[in-house]
Amino acid sequence: MSFAKNLRCRECGRLYPLDPIYVCEFCFGPLEVMYDYEALRRHISRRRIEQGPLTIWRYADLLPAEGEPVDIGAGFTPLLEARNLGRALGLRHLYLKNDCVNPTWSFKDRVVSVAATKSREFGFDTLACASTGNLANSVAAHAARAGLRALVFVPADLEVAKILGSAIYGPVLVAVRGSYDDVNRLCSELAEKYRWAFVNINVRPYYAEGSKTLGYEVCEQLGWRAPDHCIVPAASGSLFTKIYKGIKELAWLGLIEWRRPRMSAAQALGCSPIVEAWDRGSFDIRPQRPNTIAKSLAIGNPADGYYALKVLAETGGYGVAVSDEEVVEGIKLLAETEGIFAETAGGVVVAALRRLAREGRIDADETVVAFITGAGLKTAEAVQGALAQPVLVDPTIASFEEAIAQRQGALPTARG
Amino acid sequence: MAKQRVKFTFPPHLIQEPIIWRLGRQFDLVTNIRRADVTEDRGWVILELEGEMEEIERGIRWVQEQGVRVDPVPGDIVEG
Repeated sequence: MSFAKNLRCRECGRLYPLDPIYVCEFCFGPLEVMYDYEALRRHISRRRIEQGPLTIWRYADLLPAEGEPVDIGAGFTPLLEARNLGRALGLRHLYLKNDCVNPTWSFKDRVVSVAATKSREFGFDTLACASTGNLANSVAAHAARAGLRALVFVPADLEVAKILGSAIYGPVLVAVRGSYDDVNRLCSELAEKYRWAFVNINVRPYYAEGSKTLGYEVCEQLGWRAPDHCIVPAASGSLFTKIYKGIKELAWLGLIEWRRPRMSAAQALGCSPIVEAWDRGSFDIRPQRPNTIAKSLAIGNPADGYYALKVLAETGGYGVAVSDEEVVEGIKLLAETEGIFAETAGGVVVAALRRLAREGRIDADETVVAFITGAGLKTAEAVQGALAQPVLVDPTIASFEEAIAQRQGALPTARG
Repeated sequence: MAKQRVKFTFPPHLIQEPIIWRLGRQFDLVTNIRRADVTEDRGWVILELEGEMEEIERGIRWVQEQGVRVDPVPGDIVEG
């Protein structure tokens, strides 16, 4: 059962019922779900969670949705100890939260699973979003599972390959002629006009809560304790703030001992409004025009940027912006050391982690978790040209040995 | 009549210009400010515009032409 109690304005604190609304009518501040933590504390236990399904829905008590979940298996992804990458970076207790292995290969399945469940509960018949990739894939897939109509808005100049991962689930795909800003404004107006569940507009307060499950899982998988340091990719800033909220909630509920984790945010230099404000020591986000290969993080005007900056300040975390070259190096380093092929956001995180380690900002004995939020085949073009070409040989042993010797030196023979 | 919630972000050289006052004078629009943060070198204002939809769109275009950034209140909606 859900213990969600009401929505509260994050600016003025006004309370609202649990309706499909997202801004405060008074000050236009964003709304956030509040829970009855006293009742939750009496109800929840580690054992109750551990007996739940191996998806985000093992934390159903901590999510704002009732009824049958729209569940295609999001969550409870592996937390891997990364000894090879840790050795390369001088970190003894490095872990990777591998969200590449979600049903549509990104962490968005967590938020969309909650949004789809809540939308069905509200009686909506249409699930909508505007996206250039991961979110569109996930909305189309969950709508299919839920029996909802999916409406996915994309910029008209988006590459065909990006659309394929959504089109396969049979949504209505709407390609909007115009700039990125035009798509933004159109969707905002449509969300006001039509009675759809627009996942990151009118059901955003519920949608965003799905990201808390990353914080819950990491603590549970570490043996019910909080990590010392989290390195999280930041786009809107919502994921970053909700992971921290999830860890805090577990402590409030007595499920873990409270130790404040350091929360560090990773962005690509070509779209880094949160890190740019952090560098200035300011809470004032200056919107940017994105120009980076890390498209999944390319949000120039982040909805939760201000709140992400507050978490950075509260936890003593670092803001790190890395170049596109570093992103590619990060993707390769992760793949070559740990066997995980991440999309560009993962490259951003690994490059930021490497930067922090080199600068001595992470103690070698800290328990560090790097959040890898999407799979590499989604952005294969980012690493094309950066990889070794195959060794071309004739079908003879002599040709093979000659070619391989040129590439990596002579091989020992199998029989001495 | 339609209503639209928007966020205006002002560059430094427009901080002292009465853009919102002119918007209300030059277009048949009611402007209703709900939240703002303006300093000597930077500023944003979250407000509601009320009027005919076409007039709202014309007004927003004019504000953009002045050099003000106009965004939906929830920030960027298009996600990766």
